[in-house]
Amino acid sequence: MAEWILEASELWFGYEEHQPILRGVTLRVPAGQFVALVGANGSGKTTLLKQFNGLLRPQRGQVRVAGQDVAQRSVGEMARQVGYLFQHPEQQIFSPTVWQEVAFGPRNLGLPSSEVEDRVREALARFGLNGVARLPPAVLGYGVRRRVTLASLAAMDPPILVLDEPTVGLDDAGLRETMAWIGERHAVGRTIVFATHEMDLVAEYAERVLVLHEGQIAADGPPADLFRQKELLSRASLIPPPVVLLAEALRPYGLQGEGLSVDALCDEVVALVERRS
Amino acid sequence: MVVVEGVRFAYPPLSPEVPAPWVIDGLELTVRAGEWLAVMGASDSGKTTLCLLLAGLAPHLTGGEMTGRVVIAGRDTRHHPPPALADTVGLLFQEPEAQLFNPTVEAEVAWGLENLGLPPAEIRARVDEMLALLGLDLVRYRAPGQLSGGEKKRLAIAAVLAMRPALLVLDEPMGGLDPAGRAQVLAALSDLRHRDSATIVMTESDPEAVALFADRMVVLGEGRVALAGKPRDLFLQLDRLSALGVATPQMARLATALNRRLGTDFDFLTVDEAKTALGECLG
Repeated sequence: MAEWILEASELWFGYEEHQPILRGVTLRVPAGQFVALVGANGSGKTTLLKQFNGLLRPQRGQVRVAGQDVAQRSVGEMARQVGYLFQHPEQQIFSPTVWQEVAFGPRNLGLPSSEVEDRVREALARFGLNGVARLPPAVLGYGVRRRVTLASLAAMDPPILVLDEPTVGLDDAGLRETMAWIGERHAVGRTIVFATHEMDLVAEYAERVLVLHEGQIAADGPPADLFRQKELLSRASLIPPPVVLLAEALRPYGLQGEGLSVDALCDEVVALVERRS
Repeated sequence: MVVVEGVRFAYPPLSPEVPAPWVIDGLELTVRAGEWLAVMGASDSGKTTLCLLLAGLAPHLTGGEMTGRVVIAGRDTRHHPPPALADTVGLLFQEPEAQLFNPTVEAEVAWGLENLGLPPAEIRARVDEMLALLGLDLVRYRAPGQLSGGEKKRLAIAAVLAMRPALLVLDEPMGGLDPAGRAQVLAALSDLRHRDSATIVMTESDPEAVALFADRMVVLGEGRVALAGKPRDLFLQLDRLSALGVATPQMARLATALNRRLGTDFDFLTVDEAKTALGECLG
């Protein structure tokens, strides 16, 4: 077992000559970690994520998944290890029915058909898709198509999930459902890397946050550490979530804690009030 | 500025045997001139369709079936198709690609102004102003297709705002933008609204933005108005909003949680309000 499940060393990549997007990215992720990737629009988050399932290949440097150099491996081989969620469901869905879309991955794993059926049935049920299993994905609304792409990943159950803005365009119920599923996968030991602009999700879920800025990893650590680096936040167009900003403002009153979620900040404020009375 | 009366709307059916559902089903809504209205609601609650109805694109472009009436600045959209409303209504589509087609960023913003027949000096001045306001100066000669997702979104917004329509209909203007981009767009809207006294109808899923800027909000459910009121009155009804699939500001959730634990009656929605309220309580 490799020590790092995902590794990039001095990774360079650009879509056009002389315009590198990634300028020497180096990072290592141990198995089972919950990692958020943040950065301004156009900072290269998607470009970096696509290196981890072989959709893009390093122009310089190296990317390793579970210890193996991606340069030696096909996208098909990598799909067994890395489940990739595209930013837009349109980029992902291509089968004529929802059932076939969700069955595509497990079939390609070469599983017996009874096992494929079990996995598809379970995934459709998990995402409330039983009613639309026979429909073409194109007639479904955005939120439902997003659930189809998540069900496809769930049916594969790969050890690594690489998710490009998994909550964009979802309503509140869809967002909570999606984050709950990702949280469950993390709880059973899967490695999660997700790109997002939602700092409240970063604060609440991520063990570690990577900031991509000007083609390099500009910060790497727990969310609470990042939120203290004001100058970097401003350069990278990031704003901490309201709870974190309020926790900072209440520190002069003796508030302890980082206020990483509404529940956490509520406990911290209640503790402060009780201490002072 | 806007009157929507008893409107039902269904898109054309996908097949002749299956009747299409009413996406908008008995909608009543009025928006006063100068008001900033946020429209929230779950996916498929009818938000985008409402935007298309306000711009007259539904039913003129979409086809489908419509009853009731939509009146914009005194003009019934049934009898005034989109070109006849273009001087009054500016529509921002949810996907910026839907409305970008010019060779350069600068030309994209100028295009609508040229169609209004404005003099060249006025066009230049408005283009410069919008590019500066939305942080697009550095990419003004680039092709829209080469921009990042966030830049495309800001460009689409710049092109709509440059026309200075009396009614701005914005479908998820902050969608896909990073936090700095969202702040930039909100600041631009806020500026122009005061200067041009524009009316804004904006669908939005970011409750923090709604809490900071909207005068009033409506929540759509099943194609009609399920809740309407000031953000402060609605955002503290966490359970009702959650049942309608609407996110609530972190500060509203904190206020509610503290009230439950401490017996207080906080009603803050923003960090600044929370700072003041908790500062007084702790000070």
